[in-house]
Amino acid sequence: MSASALGPTALLAVVLAAAPALAASAAAADPSVRSTAPVEATKANAPQVDVARKDYGLRARALAEGVWVVEGANADFTPANGCNIINTAFVSTGVGVLVINTGTSRLYGEQLRALIAQTTREPVVQVLHLNLHPDYFLGSQAFADVPRLATPVTREGMQREAKAYEDNLYRLCGDWMRGTEALLPDRDFPPADASTATPAAAGSKLPASGRFRIGTREFSFVELSGHTDSDLVLVDRASGIGFVGGLVFVDRIPTTPHAKIGPWIASLDRLAALGLKTMVPSHGPVVSGPRGIDDTRAYLQWIDREFATYARDGWEISEVLRAPVPQRFRDWAAFDTEYVRNVVHLYPLYERAALPEVGSGAR
Amino acid sequence: MRGLGASQQEREELEARRQRFERERRVTLAATGALALVFAALVRPARAAGPAEAPELAAFDGDPYRTMSWPDMRRDYLGGQRAVFDDRVRVEGPAFAVDPMTVPVTVSVDGLTDVRRVIVLVDRNPIRKVLEYEPLLATPTVSFRFKLEQASPVRAAVQTGDGLWHVGGALVDSAGGGCTVPGATRKDGSWAKTLGQVRGRVFDAPSTLFGDGGPLLASTVPAAGAAPAPRGSTPVAGLNATGARLRLHLMHPMDTGLVGGIPAFYLSRLEVRDALDRELLRLQTYEPVSENPVFSFDFRERPPGPLRVRGRDNNGNRIDATVAS
Repeated sequence: MSASALGPTALLAVVLAAAPALAASAAAADPSVRSTAPVEATKANAPQVDVARKDYGLRARALAEGVWVVEGANADFTPANGCNIINTAFVSTGVGVLVINTGTSRLYGEQLRALIAQTTREPVVQVLHLNLHPDYFLGSQAFADVPRLATPVTREGMQREAKAYEDNLYRLCGDWMRGTEALLPDRDFPPADASTATPAAAGSKLPASGRFRIGTREFSFVELSGHTDSDLVLVDRASGIGFVGGLVFVDRIPTTPHAKIGPWIASLDRLAALGLKTMVPSHGPVVSGPRGIDDTRAYLQWIDREFATYARDGWEISEVLRAPVPQRFRDWAAFDTEYVRNVVHLYPLYERAALPEVGSGAR
Repeated sequence: MRGLGASQQEREELEARRQRFERERRVTLAATGALALVFAALVRPARAAGPAEAPELAAFDGDPYRTMSWPDMRRDYLGGQRAVFDDRVRVEGPAFAVDPMTVPVTVSVDGLTDVRRVIVLVDRNPIRKVLEYEPLLATPTVSFRFKLEQASPVRAAVQTGDGLWHVGGALVDSAGGGCTVPGATRKDGSWAKTLGQVRGRVFDAPSTLFGDGGPLLASTVPAAGAAPAPRGSTPVAGLNATGARLRLHLMHPMDTGLVGGIPAFYLSRLEVRDALDRELLRLQTYEPVSENPVFSFDFRERPPGPLRVRGRDNNGNRIDATVAS
């Protein structure tokens, strides 16, 4: 019987029943755990991509016992990097592996699953997607037999955007995308048995937060927003490592196709209050301390202030694209493409706010 | 073809086909030979096609972008009149379409006087003509956003009083699909509630718009092969209190007619008059202009307000708004 044939409750019951026996030995016995590995990433962590063999060169780097990150290039989508620009992760729980995001293509998902099998003997028991963006779920075909969870808002967004993502990534990445079709998450996060401290009532603006357990591992979570309409943050309680998704960009220009600057900045303040000692962003290197939060906030505040000024002065997009950008931001990865996208996504909102209503159609 | 005795019409068709074949053969030769020469010509379009023009350029009517469509476009949209490629006509926008439904472009003219009209054409759009602008009392600078179906040259043809067309352009890359998918307000049905609403304001204009030598309007999209200027490194000039810019945001679905079951429905005309009832500018817009269009028009001097903005769409709905100046 495959895992997907079990209902979510039945599966969790199996998982929880098996937990005590397996948990004690599993992580400790795993030979690939190097608990002393440096947490901060370096250039050397970028994968060695083999374009001809379509090998992403994925490597699992242990951040703590049973916690691995699989780092992508800190860059924009290009065929040269296989369009692998995301950090995915997996966590062993004693009863199975939780996979955090499935990457950019079917091929990525397959290579990630193979990497997990090489790294730990535990089976994959669950997939979690932190937001709706394509590199968070287009690898899911390799996890079709596993429950795949996302918040209801994220699931709805994926449903809406999946076709466009497929088309756009095929165009950007070419052959790397062969055979990729969006396989959407099949159940809601949080799971039914999670203790939800702040329930996400329908239409509520309050973030949902709470805890849940898989095997011996306890996770806390909070659903924030601003980068997208639902930005899930997951924290492994044992190691204190936070998987902060798209809320935090490290040394990279943030992506903004679904961004709302005000809520995003508020979410970063909430995230800072969690005091996470290590953060795994989806884009850019793993960081210790609040640097990623501070940098992302500084950039968003700069955008907010400057774009409002440009709009008040009546600037066109072509002029905004020529306006000076502080060197510290220009040095970030993907500036040449992502900043242009930021302007085209966000400036029209400021522009509209600066143009008063002056009349309506006389039909 | 029927029988042996071809009619006059058939002979003409045959001759046209022969000429077309001859043209295409030359194109193939041009494409395969003298690659370095081709590349050099692409990097810097000639100011005007002179007698020293490379022979293979002739196959494209001197078009620095070398598209097969240019000779037809010149015939169809510029009345077959004389046209020169002129880098004083600038088309400026991002090098790639972030969103093919709304590609922002500024067309400006630096150093040409007596500009009568500006026509914007997109070679590889299913509907090529985007807009036609008569600046009248405004400067020949116009900003707008348009739908791009696939990567294409975007051209501005500027006609001066002597009848000559001056053509500039930029290449814009695109993921595609801009003209053949419905807009947001069409998808969610909200267009009917907002149709014809106008937002607008008159601003002081950046001084560099008037050919003061500032770098603000150098094209970010040079012809193919040239390296783009580093973005974010250019200082921005201050504002000039004498010039003015009118910005308008109009609510209209701008349906292209190329989406199944949704007929063409687009804003077709716009005019602006000042408080003295002088006509300041006249604009004809077509299907490729983006949903809920945004326009900027520039003036050397702030026109006496209030400004009256009037327009209509192809179904006869009217736009009427008054903007303080």
